[in-house]
Amino acid sequence: MSPTLLFFRRLFRRKLVLAAALVLLSLLLGALLAPWVTPFKPDAMRLARRLKPPSDVNWLGTDEFGRDILSRIIFGARASLGIGAAVVAVSMTIGTTIGLFAGYFRRLDAPVMRVVDAMMALPDILLAIFLVAVLGASAFNVVFALSIVYTPRVVRVVRASTLVVRELPFVEAARALGVSTRRILGVHVLLNVASPVLVQATFIFAYAVLAEAGLSFLGAGVPPETPTWGTMIASGQQFADDAFWVVLFPGIAIVLAALSLQVLGDGLRDMLDPKLRKAL
Amino acid sequence: MWLTLGRRIGGLIIVMLLVATMVFFLTRLAPGDPAALMLGDQATPEDVARLRAVYGLDKPLLVQFGLWLKEVASGNLGQSIFLQRPVTQALAERAEPTFFLTLFSVSIAALIGIPAGVASAVWRGRAVDQIVSGLAMLAANVPSFWLGLILIQLFAVRLGWFPVAGYGDPGAPLADRLGHLILPASVLGLVNSALITRFTRASMLDVLNEDYVRTARSKGVSEARVVLRHAFGNALIPIITVVGLTAALLVGGAIVTETVFGLPGVGNLVVSAVLRRDYPVIQGALIVVAAVYVLINLAIDVIYTLVDPRVRT
Amino acid sequence: MTATHPEPLLAINNLEVSFRTEEGTVTPVRGVTLSVNAGETLALVGESGSGKSVTSLAVMGLLPRPAGRISGGSILFRRRAGGAIDLAQASASEVRRLRGAEIAMIFQEPMTSLNPVLTVGEQIAESVRLHRGLGQGDAMRRAREMLDLVEIPDAGRRVHDYPHQMSGGMRQRVMIALAMACDPALLIADEPTTALDVTIQAQILALIERLRREMGMGVLFITHNLGVVAEVADRVAVMYAGEVVESAPVRPLFHAPRHPYTRALLDCLPARAARGADGRRVVRSIPGTVSRVAEGCGFAPRCEFVRDSCRVGAIPLESEPDRVVRCLRWREIA
Repeated sequence: MSPTLLFFRRLFRRKLVLAAALVLLSLLLGALLAPWVTPFKPDAMRLARRLKPPSDVNWLGTDEFGRDILSRIIFGARASLGIGAAVVAVSMTIGTTIGLFAGYFRRLDAPVMRVVDAMMALPDILLAIFLVAVLGASAFNVVFALSIVYTPRVVRVVRASTLVVRELPFVEAARALGVSTRRILGVHVLLNVASPVLVQATFIFAYAVLAEAGLSFLGAGVPPETPTWGTMIASGQQFADDAFWVVLFPGIAIVLAALSLQVLGDGLRDMLDPKLRKAL
Repeated sequence: MWLTLGRRIGGLIIVMLLVATMVFFLTRLAPGDPAALMLGDQATPEDVARLRAVYGLDKPLLVQFGLWLKEVASGNLGQSIFLQRPVTQALAERAEPTFFLTLFSVSIAALIGIPAGVASAVWRGRAVDQIVSGLAMLAANVPSFWLGLILIQLFAVRLGWFPVAGYGDPGAPLADRLGHLILPASVLGLVNSALITRFTRASMLDVLNEDYVRTARSKGVSEARVVLRHAFGNALIPIITVVGLTAALLVGGAIVTETVFGLPGVGNLVVSAVLRRDYPVIQGALIVVAAVYVLINLAIDVIYTLVDPRVRT
Repeated sequence: MTATHPEPLLAINNLEVSFRTEEGTVTPVRGVTLSVNAGETLALVGESGSGKSVTSLAVMGLLPRPAGRISGGSILFRRRAGGAIDLAQASASEVRRLRGAEIAMIFQEPMTSLNPVLTVGEQIAESVRLHRGLGQGDAMRRAREMLDLVEIPDAGRRVHDYPHQMSGGMRQRVMIALAMACDPALLIADEPTTALDVTIQAQILALIERLRREMGMGVLFITHNLGVVAEVADRVAVMYAGEVVESAPVRPLFHAPRHPYTRALLDCLPARAARGADGRRVVRSIPGTVSRVAEGCGFAPRCEFVRDSCRVGAIPLESEPDRVVRCLRWREIA
């Protein structure tokens, strides 16, 4: 059996992790195939059918403009998961680079970690809302702001692992053999810090989905006309007294996405880090 | 011990300076002239120029930063553009709900998280552990604003047990005001209990494997006492950290919950400042929140020395 | 108290301990028979993995739960109040009441065996308060006495010290004080000197020896170090692969070992290895890994005298005066 296949077999031996992966996969497929799988157009208004409870026509009910909530949730997955994935990509790239350098070159370590400390002295959502306020509310700026917020976490993880890997005999050996620093960092160290980074990526994905919803809810995120799970709850909240489903179902989508990412991350960590598996 | 504490304080001052630097320069990235923003659309260029001079906005950026830093260090966070009063005063007016909300939320989170984490570690792998770990995982991934909306629907709108929103009249007795915090504090307590639970569980599992726990058992000490006195006494040290950090992050991190429940706290002030681009208020709030975080960190260090004899002596 | 009683203080008979693991059930201890008399020291010798520590944990009722349990045999302990109790059958709370009061234990790692957030006095006092019902003041006074007894200078002050303020040897003395606080009838010492410097080692051995003499308790001394055995033991039980393969008084055992494993073990002692004209006998396998056999003698895979009959059935314990051996061929090879 190939190593990749073996990896997935071990990962999915736990039913919960398998379930999480399946939930995530269906959310991702829904997002990709949204125009073909949704029963209605996400912005098709039918004022005659506004705020209707779940029925066999509109499985999850309709919102204040008579739009189908299920269709909007599936389209919302595009923005919510898309923003989350973009944040992961950006913060991982920048954070890993900075973390590698901070961990490998002693002289960079202290100044970099001070800045990381300073950024982590501000609560995630506060720093994010500040950045969005400065830059202006748009999907691009939300990605930018959340990437800045989560990069310090990646730096910490990568730097800590690099500090350990740097002292391992094979790095010493590579150096003795005259391997260039660039190659040592970019190949030898990077491959060895890959698993904590991978685990961190799933967690940051989950945080980013939650944070995007929070920002959009506050009106400091994606413009309200774009359906995301956060904007749906934000615009629906004033109708919640009469039509709770307007708020309930987008929230469940957020919980499902974040929860399955977290479960998957936990599963990965348990498998990639035998020491932690013992503790958990 | 005093030396380490001194070094910690030095480090924290540097962190505060960096926060201030970040806040100042990031604010200046914002498009538009703050003076023009303050005066609105009707202002003439002369008015704008005069205001720029008053606020020192015509000086070089680094000079502005120096002047601003001096003011901040002496406790002056500037003037709100929209509220017509000093930022410090605006923050002070909003401190009470935020303070009590944080206090109650952390207490609830610790009261749920610590016992749940201990139980889950003691009965590791059993049903209790699986239920606790599952619920903690769920709680960590529920958006607090959404949980707030759902609980408002359930307990305030449908059942009428709690006020729907707000903080009561300013003149109302304290108990009445605090009553408005029950629901929001429960939401934040639940959501934040997740981290405390997982952390408590992990550190209890570490400690329960220690040799001295076996020694305690070899003395014939009851299992309850082994867990509560010998194991928990040692696990407490990392648990204090996570509880402290939860408190520190709630001071500014409860923004969304404050908004959902219409609480006139610091978070609410920040949100309205963001929507109105009232930069002095945003800057001031960020600096105060970071300062609280730094001070709580210092407090955690001091508590360490009280709890852990290895640090004390 | 020093006279030998007709009945032993501790009599372990055919003890079997099993553990549930991910790979299935394993039995690290499957045929341990030994006894300790009041006032004597029995050394339990074996390489790591032979099951000696598991045996001691089974006596203490401290097997890691829920994985480990006693799955056979008996552990008869003579109570101070009279009468014997079978620790293999007794309830957890019955065993707990004996722990620290009548049976005490000291461990290998003095550096980590004391609670870092409690003073050493508090840790000793806890035991006396629990078993003797003393108040805080009296218990602390007793703790001070105990520190005096284990020869810690300036006990009145050191009683308020935390473990991290003490050296390894000092901490092991505290562990001994803690174990002795309630005058136990049986002391189990699991490699108590292995982690210590050689000079400290000798002091600690002398201390245990002195306390045994003065207080007349029985000592079950677990070690892999035959030098230590020669110094402290009255009798020796040798363990291999979860079984006691030979037990005898210390002099006969050293002078005339019967079991091939015992012989090989003694041949590894530097003094003998140097002397042997026929060359040094080597136990053929990697030390420390005990291969488990399903049937027959556990030592058969490594034994130089092995023959086909050694590999089938259970090997019975054969006894002669003062000695038991678990070997089919010991008479031939003697």
